[in-house]
Amino acid sequence: MDLIGLTVDRLHEALRTGTTSVREVCVRTFERIEALNERLGVFLTLNEDEALRRAEALDRDLARGEWRPLLGVPIAIKDNICTRGLRTTCASKILRNFVPPYHATAVERLLEAGAIIIGKTNCDEFAMGSSNENSAFGVVRNPWDLERVPGGSSGGSGAAVAADLCVVALGSDTGGSVRLPAAFCGVVGLKPTYGRVSRYGLVAYGSSLDQIGPITKTVADAARVLQVIAGRDPRDSTSSNHPVPDYVAALNGEIRGLRLGVPREYFGPGLDEEVKTAVWQAIHRFADLGAEIVEIRLPHTEYAIACYYIIATAEASSNLARYDGVRYGYRAEGARTLREMYRRTRQEGFGAEVKRRIMLGTYVLSAGYYDAYYLKALKVRTLIERDFREAFTRCDLIVGPTSPTVAFRLGEKTEDPLAMYLSDIYTIMANLAAIPAISIPIGLSREGLPIGLQLHARHFGEATLLRAAHAYEQAFPFTHRPPL
Amino acid sequence: MPITKRDVEKIAELAHLELTEEEKERFTVQLAAIVAYVEKLNELDTTDVSPMAHAGREERADYAQRDDEVGEGLGQERALGNAPDPARGYFRVPRVIEEG
Repeated sequence: MDLIGLTVDRLHEALRTGTTSVREVCVRTFERIEALNERLGVFLTLNEDEALRRAEALDRDLARGEWRPLLGVPIAIKDNICTRGLRTTCASKILRNFVPPYHATAVERLLEAGAIIIGKTNCDEFAMGSSNENSAFGVVRNPWDLERVPGGSSGGSGAAVAADLCVVALGSDTGGSVRLPAAFCGVVGLKPTYGRVSRYGLVAYGSSLDQIGPITKTVADAARVLQVIAGRDPRDSTSSNHPVPDYVAALNGEIRGLRLGVPREYFGPGLDEEVKTAVWQAIHRFADLGAEIVEIRLPHTEYAIACYYIIATAEASSNLARYDGVRYGYRAEGARTLREMYRRTRQEGFGAEVKRRIMLGTYVLSAGYYDAYYLKALKVRTLIERDFREAFTRCDLIVGPTSPTVAFRLGEKTEDPLAMYLSDIYTIMANLAAIPAISIPIGLSREGLPIGLQLHARHFGEATLLRAAHAYEQAFPFTHRPPL
Repeated sequence: MPITKRDVEKIAELAHLELTEEEKERFTVQLAAIVAYVEKLNELDTTDVSPMAHAGREERADYAQRDDEVGEGLGQERALGNAPDPARGYFRVPRVIEEG
């Protein structure tokens, strides 16, 4: 069984016809990881023994004719999503030895659907970053060019899918952390509507923004994974009862009459010319497929990054207060008092970007600054959400670039946090407005690096989002593979 | 308002972070740049705008309600499973009350 470009569809066809077994695919997957992981830095923890045992059990199920939606699918899980009995570090020294006593709901549902967890993927520490350079356990390299970043924060998941070290992966997206690595690595990344997927077991960063999403090789696979993980969870009070439609059945190729909004603000200064050209070509292709193109405005776009970095860091400073060396995680040695232990544990346990965000969040929430920064940002969030509500009265989907540039070089932005934050310019709006968005690969730059296109939909509009992305992919398939 | 090293020390105190001198210097410069940037929001008049802690609430209006039923907890052993210094079924910590 060839792993290159392997999708759920092709795997299942091979299993149905008996040309491969779950075990064989699993063994091959670990062989490929063995050959490539050292170069790419994708996996922090492997689950080989358990995965092979499970593969054998699934082969027995298969022999009895027991079929499941993700049966035998090797899946990589971002290391900020809890897996029972399997180390979950958030790529942080402070959780270096943390072994969760429970599964995240999304993980539990994937396992019930027959998927096989092959390992935990590297990411920016606590999902804070746009390049995966903030991991305490080393950088992830972009499979398309080992001197470049894979995007962050789910860089390991993006690179794992692109390098065919798994069939699908889970990431998490607080400001673009699924979509940016998908764009930089030439794969598909979906951020669902806030509340579509349970956050139970996803280690909290910005709780009003965080959402788990799939990273896959095709739109159809993203639909299949979403189908399994979407839906109400009594353990997450922000998860929604909104009915889960049949996402796979929605992929009917029909986009005639769909109104695609093009926001003028997404094509301003800072957008790389090559990316701009590729995105416009894709928009014209959508028109050729029968979509109607309308110009729209998202007037508060230029305020989104400022708004996001206040809200996200405020939530982070509160969420990360729990890492105090008492109940789990790293504890500094030799402290004589409790306060000293807190301070030294956090000093030694957190990396620079995490500290920077805790500091910023603490500042914007502190007495005397709360109204000027935090409250102000919450008001601007209202304006940003309103922009989308108004735009969606004129169109069904919003289209634009996922990122202003292709993957940048390792080290290029590490000394300038603000420049790094600006990579998220097109992705953070969806988190602030709680709407779903997808990134799909549409071509390569002259240097051979993937370019991503982003689509946004209304709240709970994943079926329309996936339908349009799938129709595009069918008409203009992205068939390039990284030169590994 | 520009951020000073004194501010950074105060914030670190609030956040229970013990920073090195080098970190203090670096964060002072970096946080000042970030705060100057986010002050961009002051260009917007938000007098009659209400704050939004969670977006998309209308669409999610059916959220959150369930019966409060007693379920199974982790249990003491598993809850202590990741503790850095468990002792006799508790989380042991250094002295809480500091000597004057």
